[in-house]
Amino acid sequence: MTGATRTPDGRETAELLALYEEMAVIRRTEKAAHDLFLSGLVKGTTHLAAGHEAVAVGAGAALRDDDYVFATYRGHHHALARGATPEECLAELMSRASGLCGAKGGSMHLTKASGNMLGSYAIVGAHLPMAVGAAWSARLRGTRQIAVAFFGDGATNIGAFHEALNLAAVWKLPVLFVCENNLYMEYTPIADVTAVANPAADRAPAYGIPGETVDGNDVVAVREAVARLAGRARAGDGPGLLEARTYRHYGHSRADPATYRPAEEVERWLKHDPLDVARGRLAGLGVPAETVTAADARAEAVVQAAVEAAKKAPAPDPREALTDVWADGGARWRT
Amino acid sequence: MADVITYRQAVAEGIAREMRRDPAVVCLGEDIGAAGGVFRTTAGLHEEFGPGRVWDTPISEQAIVGAAMGAAMTGMRPVAEIMFSDFLACCWDYLANEIPKVRYMTGGQVTVPLVVRTANGGGLGFGAQHSQATENWALTVPGLKIAAPATPADVTGMMAAAIRSDDPVVFFEHKGLFATKGPPAPPDHVVELGHAAVVREGDDVTLVALASMVPLALTAAERLAEEGIDAEVIDLRCLVPLDAMTVLGSLAKTSRLVTVEENPYQGGWGGTLVSIVADEGFGLLDAPVRRVAAACVPLPFADVLEAEVIPSVDKVVAKVRDLTAY
Repeated sequence: MTGATRTPDGRETAELLALYEEMAVIRRTEKAAHDLFLSGLVKGTTHLAAGHEAVAVGAGAALRDDDYVFATYRGHHHALARGATPEECLAELMSRASGLCGAKGGSMHLTKASGNMLGSYAIVGAHLPMAVGAAWSARLRGTRQIAVAFFGDGATNIGAFHEALNLAAVWKLPVLFVCENNLYMEYTPIADVTAVANPAADRAPAYGIPGETVDGNDVVAVREAVARLAGRARAGDGPGLLEARTYRHYGHSRADPATYRPAEEVERWLKHDPLDVARGRLAGLGVPAETVTAADARAEAVVQAAVEAAKKAPAPDPREALTDVWADGGARWRT
Repeated sequence: MADVITYRQAVAEGIAREMRRDPAVVCLGEDIGAAGGVFRTTAGLHEEFGPGRVWDTPISEQAIVGAAMGAAMTGMRPVAEIMFSDFLACCWDYLANEIPKVRYMTGGQVTVPLVVRTANGGGLGFGAQHSQATENWALTVPGLKIAAPATPADVTGMMAAAIRSDDPVVFFEHKGLFATKGPPAPPDHVVELGHAAVVREGDDVTLVALASMVPLALTAAERLAEEGIDAEVIDLRCLVPLDAMTVLGSLAKTSRLVTVEENPYQGGWGGTLVSIVADEGFGLLDAPVRRVAAACVPLPFADVLEAEVIPSVDKVVAKVRDLTAY
């Protein structure tokens, strides 16, 4: 990877434009989720990742289609980046039968197993050992797949984070730990509850693995960093840890107006929006503004159509509540 | 094949049989490799299958069970050991929130075919944090199958069924039974999960027991026979799937029920079983149901104190005698 430089065949330009459009679709899907929640069509809660798009999309561009991805309850962007459609995701949030998980999962559990996106987990940090296990499995089967766990800064202070890093390191497994550090552990600044400045990257040396930080709002920088660590892991050199600095546009969840964040901090980060950063790179590559505007229009159309389709979809059959506990599809626990 | 093997040898034999037939079966846990397990329940596996299939882990229960889950979701059939069942609490998130729920909450997209094996139960003076009978913890969570064999042949046969199961199974091996002996399982022996065994036939009362309580109930039945009371003893073998029909079928004959549980009365599996009987088999009963269970205290250390807490033959005999008054 050489970064977003002009290439004679224009390949880099085309790739970056595609990444931009993917981020634009994700941004609009999150906005749609937000609006649908406010209009009463999404129940429960949502944890939006608007502002984090460059992590999911940049990492996705550096991974193979058969690599495994595990995400958090703030995982809409990862599901979308691994092949879930806006319609499947929004239908899931709206409790429709056509939802990604048949409306049994909801916002916090989006999963696209056919894309090897193996779930979104709402117990903070629980999926890190699972990604270690998927990487172990890949090693045992000799497939040269890698596993990636995306997690927030808050997860770096739970026990499973440390157990996962240590086990991955001692077994030298092909797994990447990608921290989306958005500076807040729910409502609390991560710096107030963490003993080191970089909650993820600074812990890596304790496990003898590489720990890097990257501008998480720059899709190209994320892609390059993930490609480097993924290549190392795939070559058998063991796990890596990447801490992507980013910022969420909304509060922790729908209950949180995020008034605890200083206005100047919010303003500074909004000016460093991942879509704007990508637009700047595209302009630098000589891509005309109309080309980018056209990508935005396509993204808008895709998400609008998804909203309309999801609204029209039926609710699940109530009998579905009593299926899928066991592998035979049922839920029977006794004779 | 030897005429008799121990329960602990049957554990290793059961795992080895499955590892021979299916290369997707791999083991992980603390001290399970060259050391052969602190209870010697994995003895010989490392020698036969090597470190590529029998993996020693750090003391990291969350990583052990979490990694087993990730491996199970991606094509392997991991067998994870949690040394003492008390330590399941250290990885309870995986057993309560992750493993049993992922299939359901993904709408059936992901299946988790794994076995978590663990040494369960008291009676050996290990103190309050190494002696608990914890099978009820798992019983409270929809989505886990629960096996607890009582004999060497059942250990091997149920291990085969557990490892071949496409669903997650928590496999409780009883510490107090490790040294007991019995006939080895015949080749290709599979005991399907959810089938109780009538291990002693009788007409007067049904005793339902699990794991170490099975030999205890059998001993009680022999004592009762001397008093002219003919007890039928059922080895439940699994809590999920729960073979309630075999229990109801026995009650149709005996009309009296006593459950024999090592776990505390409070929240014990016997409560679930007798509630089914009250609901669906009330007409079969000629007497109240009785539960023999451990006292609701942490397990004490001293033999005399531990014996006071855990069910005994005397306690079972006394309960059954009570029922003859009806």
